[in-house]
Amino acid sequence: MQALYAQLLVGLINGSFYALLSLGLAVIFGMLNIINFAHGALYMMGAFCAYFLLNLGGIGYWWALLLAPIIVGIFGMVLERTMLQWLAGLDHLYGLLLTFGLALIIQGVFQNFFGSSGLPYAIPDQLRGGMNLGFMYLPVYRGWVVIFSLVVCLATWFLIERTRLGAYLRAATENPTLVRAFGINVPRMITLTYGLGVGLAALAGVLSAPINQVRPLMGENMIIVVFAVVVIGGMGSIMGSIITGFALGVIEGLTKYFYPEASNTVVFVLMVLVLLVKPTGLTGRAA
Amino acid sequence: MTSITDATLPITPRAMRDEMIVFVIMAALLAIVPWTGLYPFFVMQALCFALLACAFNLLIGYGGLLSFGHAMFLGTAGYCSAHALKVWGLPPELGILVGVAGSFVLSVVAGYISIRRQGIYFAMITLALSQLLYFIYLQVPFTHGEDGIQGIPQGRMFGILDLSKPTVLYYVVLVGFLGGFLLIFRTINSPFGEVLKSIRENEQRAISLGYKTDQYKLLAFILSGTLAGLAGALKVFVAQNASLTDVEVAMSGQIVLMTLVGGLGTVFGPVVGAFVIVGMEQYLAGFGQWVKVIQGGIFVACVLTFRRGVIGELAHLFKRSL
Repeated sequence: MQALYAQLLVGLINGSFYALLSLGLAVIFGMLNIINFAHGALYMMGAFCAYFLLNLGGIGYWWALLLAPIIVGIFGMVLERTMLQWLAGLDHLYGLLLTFGLALIIQGVFQNFFGSSGLPYAIPDQLRGGMNLGFMYLPVYRGWVVIFSLVVCLATWFLIERTRLGAYLRAATENPTLVRAFGINVPRMITLTYGLGVGLAALAGVLSAPINQVRPLMGENMIIVVFAVVVIGGMGSIMGSIITGFALGVIEGLTKYFYPEASNTVVFVLMVLVLLVKPTGLTGRAA
Repeated sequence: MTSITDATLPITPRAMRDEMIVFVIMAALLAIVPWTGLYPFFVMQALCFALLACAFNLLIGYGGLLSFGHAMFLGTAGYCSAHALKVWGLPPELGILVGVAGSFVLSVVAGYISIRRQGIYFAMITLALSQLLYFIYLQVPFTHGEDGIQGIPQGRMFGILDLSKPTVLYYVVLVGFLGGFLLIFRTINSPFGEVLKSIRENEQRAISLGYKTDQYKLLAFILSGTLAGLAGALKVFVAQNASLTDVEVAMSGQIVLMTLVGGLGTVFGPVVGAFVIVGMEQYLAGFGQWVKVIQGGIFVACVLTFRRGVIGELAHLFKRSL
């Protein structure tokens, strides 16, 4: 039973990352109509950013949690201003190709300097150790990742679905021309949205650094799994992305316990099944 | 939404004649390669990738479907052929047949699943499917995991053609490439190809005209996947191994890059693109991971400034379909 709970926890943690990443993808897709293939590379950059902050600037985990998403988010906004904005009005596929190229560049550069092995990043002092919950031993850091990710996801949901700014955002998704006519600076909103999505990816990177180490290719396989998550959940709904992300992480964890051989493939197999039964994805809207 | 192909080019009977002339020139040039002193291994490899890119281009250029997982056909056919040649001891012609059959079966299954969605989702689904297959090939015993299938015998084709001689092998690969190329050329100029183009331009309208668009897309997918498999089977004889690198996402990305550089939706673009990218890889082999960075840079540059690709720009310049 211990092992089952342990795998469930690992599943929840992976689910947190899937949720944060697919949430960012969905937010970006809503505004820019671009599937951000560079999302995995930016997730990796978040982790490296935390690593640099600690080892070059002596800035610890808690500040990194705030600073890394901002720094990588600004980097993302520069990408959007200099490149992605020129793709508006073109076929969506060009966005995928461009961001794929960006991912190759970013990952290639990091691989050149850091090889393919992992760099350690220590768990902050306050989150070391574990708790005995009676039925299992819970490492504090892992519990923290799950709860903090959940809070961030829900906050993002609240921001987009329940605030004035979110209302502008959703309106601009539906009809950018009309929203501009009301005097709202839509291009700036698009840039900020890309920054937000990228920031979420970087945040996931910082959270994962103490667990999975900091590796140049940590986002390479991750992004493909997240794509499958997005196909399963559909990008129409923010809450849908969050729930699908966590649910698939848990299913993956369960698979690791019951049939470990299939743990790499279970998300893809589920994607195939969902496509066969409900081609538009679980939360609906056709693309 | 702007289409990914150049809509300003006239579609005339002359276009097809022009293309046939270019085809004959290309075939003649390729036929004299063994006498030019060019490294035949390089040209053979480029030809395999050229066929692969042409097959990929059939889907994106004429069906509007971007497959980000075409490496799965390359790898599957490679593994099937390699296994048939090495373990079953089949002669080369049957080995190729087994590889093509393998990719055919895969393309039926993968096509049935992935054509349920369009555009961006189609790309993500094909990518996920190829990753699924990657993990399967990593685990099943017959692919020998990380090692791959090594030292594949080349054998004698039809009992007379000794494929261990580079020149003989070169012409076999060339015939395979030209055959596949002509099949694609014939397809895009057939009524079937016209319907495919109409689906690319406006699927709803094609449906309203009574075309069962899903069947057309599936058929195009199967044709594309099977021909990509032919490329994979031929590549086994050139490289004499079948390994996981042929199923990786990076390989799928390269196929996309070749077609993008040459020109999406052009007839000869994928061939030019394949030679450019394979040549570049050969040339930059010593630079390690920088190759990846350079390829990424080409992606970015192509999308931002050079969307028509080499052949597409030429075609646009001369107002000819190429």
